[in-house]
Amino acid sequence: MFPFAFEWVPEATRYVFMGATYAVLISLIIILHYCAIRAFLDLICKKDDHNSHH
Amino acid sequence: MDSASAPFDSALFPEGTKRCQFKWFLFWVAVLHGPLMIGVIAALMCWGLALNVTYLNNNYPFGLWIAADLGIIALGAGAFFTGFLRYIVNIEELKNIVNYAVVIGVICYATAQGILGVDIGQPLRGWFIFWHANVHSMLTEVAFCITCYFMVLCIEYFPLILENRQINRLGFFHGMAHHLHEAMPTIAAIGVFLSFFHQGSLGGVPGVLYGRPFAFREGFLVWPWTFFLFVLSAIACGPCFTILITWITEKCAGKRLVKRNVIDILAKISGRLLVVYLILKTLDTVYWVAIAGKVGAPFSSFYANQPYGYWVLITELGIFGVIPALILLSAKARQIENVLIIACILNCAGIFMNRWIMTVQSLAVPVMSFDKFVSYHPNWVEYASTFMFVWAGAIVIMLSYRYLPIFPQEKELNPL
Repeated sequence: MFPFAFEWVPEATRYVFMGATYAVLISLIIILHYCAIRAFLDLICKKDDHNSHH
Repeated sequence: MDSASAPFDSALFPEGTKRCQFKWFLFWVAVLHGPLMIGVIAALMCWGLALNVTYLNNNYPFGLWIAADLGIIALGAGAFFTGFLRYIVNIEELKNIVNYAVVIGVICYATAQGILGVDIGQPLRGWFIFWHANVHSMLTEVAFCITCYFMVLCIEYFPLILENRQINRLGFFHGMAHHLHEAMPTIAAIGVFLSFFHQGSLGGVPGVLYGRPFAFREGFLVWPWTFFLFVLSAIACGPCFTILITWITEKCAGKRLVKRNVIDILAKISGRLLVVYLILKTLDTVYWVAIAGKVGAPFSSFYANQPYGYWVLITELGIFGVIPALILLSAKARQIENVLIIACILNCAGIFMNRWIMTVQSLAVPVMSFDKFVSYHPNWVEYASTFMFVWAGAIVIMLSYRYLPIFPQEKELNPL
């Protein structure tokens, strides 16, 4: 549930609970994207290295 | 092995390892599909004909499914705890078993969620708990943490798939697996955070039942003592389950896959944690015995109805608690493989018994003076749909063992 949904009750427990949930989910998404981007950049750099040798 | 006798899928095997012929692999997968299909039929019956095909009733809304769920989640604690020891405490030797602990963890948590999918009767409404979350409920916390932790486990399992010999040849996947391994301490830390809370909250569920003196406990802030006892019992038992499954895999494969010193580290840690748990559990039990009589629920009333006699308490704490703890603490006993495995079996049985007691027996003990004791025995539908995930898990293990490099020491221990 998001804070802008009409069912959202503005209470401290809900902010802590849902905040922790979204913190975990966002962390996981960032880690996955970071790894994928690094892997992609490695691949590009290797290709560049390979081309510069020729 | 020459190329003529090698299985046709040998190009997918981990480098320098030997596997059985593909026909035998297929045969065993087919064998496991037999009981698996019975489970599928049982699950479809639950969804199609509703839960009255089970022996669950108003006296026992929590039955085999929930007890098995709690037990399996506790056994799956081996994944997060081994990850914690490997990546955060930095015990280097555990890198040789942490992959397999992750595979076991994925299976345990998929099993737990699968069982819940059957148990809720209408899985299409499973998302209600996420959107209409009652944030004051321990069960809501469990649902959120289990789901998030399953995602963490899948991310931990993902690099193992990418490290398959053929997939790893592709540059992007090779890099992705490498960078995921680099990020593993962070992922493991998130897993520890989630596991701590859901293992504990599973204990908190019976602990906050103030209308049931058998289960209710006082505690610290919003957490009853059962919260902490469940966390401790899970981390004491999880490594033993990892050892047990590794041993079964070694017996099925007919070769040693992990060095003895790695197993010994896990067994030693498990033994020490089990002792701490038993001391705290005994203190909790003594306090509970003393306080229960004062609130009008004499201790004898908890064990007055068969089959839940005093033997339950003695078996849980003595046979399934003290005996494995003594074995796991003794360096000599740990060196004898069969004795170690017996200790692991007893420890794992103890955790299942504890979870059964805290869910089913908690509901069985009559609360009101006019309440009658009603017995509960699961029927075949409940058994089949629970074990369905065990057979599916066995297939996942077979596939993982055959195609993924989950045992780094296998090549060294079994030179071709």
